[in-house]
Amino acid sequence: MARMKFICDAERCIECNGCVTACKNEHEVPWGVNRRRVVTLNDGVPGEKSISVACMHCSDAPCMAVCPVNCFYRTDEGVVLHDKDVCIGCGYCSYACPFGAPQFPGQGTFGVRGKMDKCTFCAGGPEASGSQAEFVKYGRNRLAEGKLPACAEMCSTKALLAGDSDTLSDIFRNRVLQRGKGAEVWGWGTAYGSAQGARS
Amino acid sequence: MIRARSLQIAAAVIALSAVAACGDKPQELNAAGVKSDAPAYQGSTQGQFVQSGWQPGDRSSWEQQLKARAAYGQNEYTRIR
Repeated sequence: MARMKFICDAERCIECNGCVTACKNEHEVPWGVNRRRVVTLNDGVPGEKSISVACMHCSDAPCMAVCPVNCFYRTDEGVVLHDKDVCIGCGYCSYACPFGAPQFPGQGTFGVRGKMDKCTFCAGGPEASGSQAEFVKYGRNRLAEGKLPACAEMCSTKALLAGDSDTLSDIFRNRVLQRGKGAEVWGWGTAYGSAQGARS
Repeated sequence: MIRARSLQIAAAVIALSAVAACGDKPQELNAAGVKSDAPAYQGSTQGQFVQSGWQPGDRSSWEQQLKARAAYGQNEYTRIR
């Protein structure tokens, strides 16, 4: 087994936010916390691109490097997880993460910053796999059920892929070879009138 | 008398300071310690949600399960050709 990774195909993502909804529903994530979100570049302009972003489970994770209480750990499959019992909610990981993955519940009169919450790659946390304690703190543990993250499995256009990096590489390579890339992508002319970059 | 008393106080202070560190929590990195996490291939306690087709506890069957699920569920080219 190589490493578990996410990859989002910007040519396919249609900003439907199905991945965001799947994640919120699967893990019963509280209001104000978004483990996953869709970012759109050049929104409203022909050729806009969207990408679904969450924790990328970095191989050399900056959140792990800056955590003062060392609450992060990495599984054998390369999934970066954290222990909420150890987390002190300082927010260093939030500043260190280039993807804005760490989330903090903002509920409370003074907007208290509680324990950090982030995408777990549907792998739960340190509590017993599938236990109620694990679900309450981290959400469902789909990996222990032999399933892949809900966001990717729910993606209608299969823009968001999740799983073993070798398998994802094979899928993505085959996809690009079949459909092309950039202006070669099938459907561009249908959507925008002319091929991207075509001379008129 | 006063000298003996001050000696006693000094001895008590020294004794207290000597054991002061005993109540201190360990400060080294990872002192709190992340609880051990069972590998995903060990399976879930919620058996009714576990996908069939692999054996919990068998790492290779779990890996094959995820690879097959990724290849079938996320690669439509394997289904349309």
